[in-house]
Amino acid sequence: MQKGIIKPKRTPTLISTYSVVGKKEHDGPLGELFDEYCEDDKFGKDSWEKAESEMQLRAMKGAMSKAKISDDGVDILLAGDLLNQCVGSNYGLEKFDISYLGLYGACSTCAEGLGIAACFYGGEIFDTCGVVTSSHYCASERQFRFPIEYGGQRAPTAQWTVTGSGAFIVGAGGKIKIPEVLFGKTKDMGITDINNMGAAMAPAAIDTIERYFKESTHSPEDFDLIITGDLGFEGSEILKDLLLKDGIDIRKNHVDCGLMIFERKKQDTHAGGSGCGCSASVLSADIIKNLEDKTLSDVLFIGTGALMSPMTLFQGGSIPSVAHLVRLSSK
Amino acid sequence: MDIFLNCLYAFITGGILCVIAQILIDKTKLTPARILVLYVCAGVVLTAVGLYDYIVEFAGGGATVPLTGFGYAIAKGVEKAVAEKGLLGALTGGITATSGGITAAICFGYIASLIFSAKRKD
Amino acid sequence: MNKKEYCEYVEKRAKKSPIVKNCACAFVIGGLICVIGELLRELYMSAGMEKTDASTLVSVTLVFITAVLTGIGIFDNIAKVAGAGTLVPITGFANAVASPAIDTKSEGYILGVGAKIFTIAGPVILYGTLSGAIYGVIYYICTLIWW
Repeated sequence: MQKGIIKPKRTPTLISTYSVVGKKEHDGPLGELFDEYCEDDKFGKDSWEKAESEMQLRAMKGAMSKAKISDDGVDILLAGDLLNQCVGSNYGLEKFDISYLGLYGACSTCAEGLGIAACFYGGEIFDTCGVVTSSHYCASERQFRFPIEYGGQRAPTAQWTVTGSGAFIVGAGGKIKIPEVLFGKTKDMGITDINNMGAAMAPAAIDTIERYFKESTHSPEDFDLIITGDLGFEGSEILKDLLLKDGIDIRKNHVDCGLMIFERKKQDTHAGGSGCGCSASVLSADIIKNLEDKTLSDVLFIGTGALMSPMTLFQGGSIPSVAHLVRLSSK
Repeated sequence: MDIFLNCLYAFITGGILCVIAQILIDKTKLTPARILVLYVCAGVVLTAVGLYDYIVEFAGGGATVPLTGFGYAIAKGVEKAVAEKGLLGALTGGITATSGGITAAICFGYIASLIFSAKRKD
Repeated sequence: MNKKEYCEYVEKRAKKSPIVKNCACAFVIGGLICVIGELLRELYMSAGMEKTDASTLVSVTLVFITAVLTGIGIFDNIAKVAGAGTLVPITGFANAVASPAIDTKSEGYILGVGAKIFTIAGPVILYGTLSGAIYGVIYYICTLIWW
């Protein structure tokens, strides 16, 4: 029985990865690094929800073909998105003849999926796991906020849901190891503002990071990067500030996927990107490539998710959040 | 010259009504939906106490175009209907007076849904 | 740090909306929409329409323009700058009807458009009508007392 930090006995690796994004993301600073993008964000479908499913399908197919495996080569699919009942994943992945588990962890789903895959592999339950998550600006805007053509002003602390998907194959023989996983605890510090989700999620990230450094013998300097996904500007500043007060200084090597994917000012995304597709596509297109070519050798990836629904918010409820940590190493 | 002055009064009055709402949005946690409800009800109340008539007289479109004007139309319609039909007018006057705007919104909104689709956002 | 302290800490450091700029934009754009309304009203009245009818036709015209601008995907770009400037005039109401209508056509014309067209504008109609009815009863009682 392992409590706290999980160190899989059989160390899982990342075999391949593939990313699919929308036009705005393609226009961003990481644009050229994504494997695939779509000019009108519809991916040839007639609804935003179907477009999101199509992104997951393309991402997973892409990752499998990079790994040169077919359906028989993958033992389980772990997938999630922001839509009610995880329909983005449900409809996108039914084309595969592979066992499937739907996950919901909001923006933390990518880290959640990688963590579970690492446990399945480490515990010798499955040899090859597929992980894929996605989000679509238009689909989640309709579900969580307003109709797409509704005219309103966004708060400066609001985040912009990324249209994108990232898929990963976890198994044996890859260059990048997943030596450690730490699943987060749900934290709720009473934030009720859907336009400041960074502030709602920061406490969960703080808790997970503090637990990690307390239990492991590492310090922040041991890692090239400490990547959160996606606290945005507001949440990142809170994270760095409060961790510093507790004696953990991550100011030098902290980056946030939500801040990497857009040029905030120029692309008018306020506090930055968010959504299950944000950390997945940034991890896939940027971080993993840098780990593969050894620009980076050891990073901590902390996926953070805000776990509210529009209904609980209308009822006056606050926003619980969770943060899962996955260590990626190419040493 | 008259038209110019009327437009100036409409501009200032309409602008001020918008600024009040903007301050409420930015300074309090009132959502836009709540602001709209507040404005309609405020229009009814201001008309009931006899104030809004003067504002309409002064500002014309500056008072009838904002949503407070929607409340004004409801209250005026109710007054007229009650005077004509008694208590029944309390039920018929409001929607009768605003039926043009509401029906236009329904019809044009519906037609828009037939013609247009939502586009991706930048 | 407890919940209350954290919320205060967050509130204090959260980037504030640029209220002066927002108010200036809301004033100018909201004012201009009202000027358009006033010009249309003068136009309709000079064509021989009665005051209330002219006001109604002004609303109808502005609702039509808004529905078109919403449909071609421009209205939200104006509203992003204008804030309350497009929200408070009848344009805000019209956009609140047209945008869910366009948005929900993917769920069909009965359960999509039909059921969802008033998701945002519904409260305005409900509370407007309700407050009007209440005022009507009060007005009726007043007429009984004074006449």
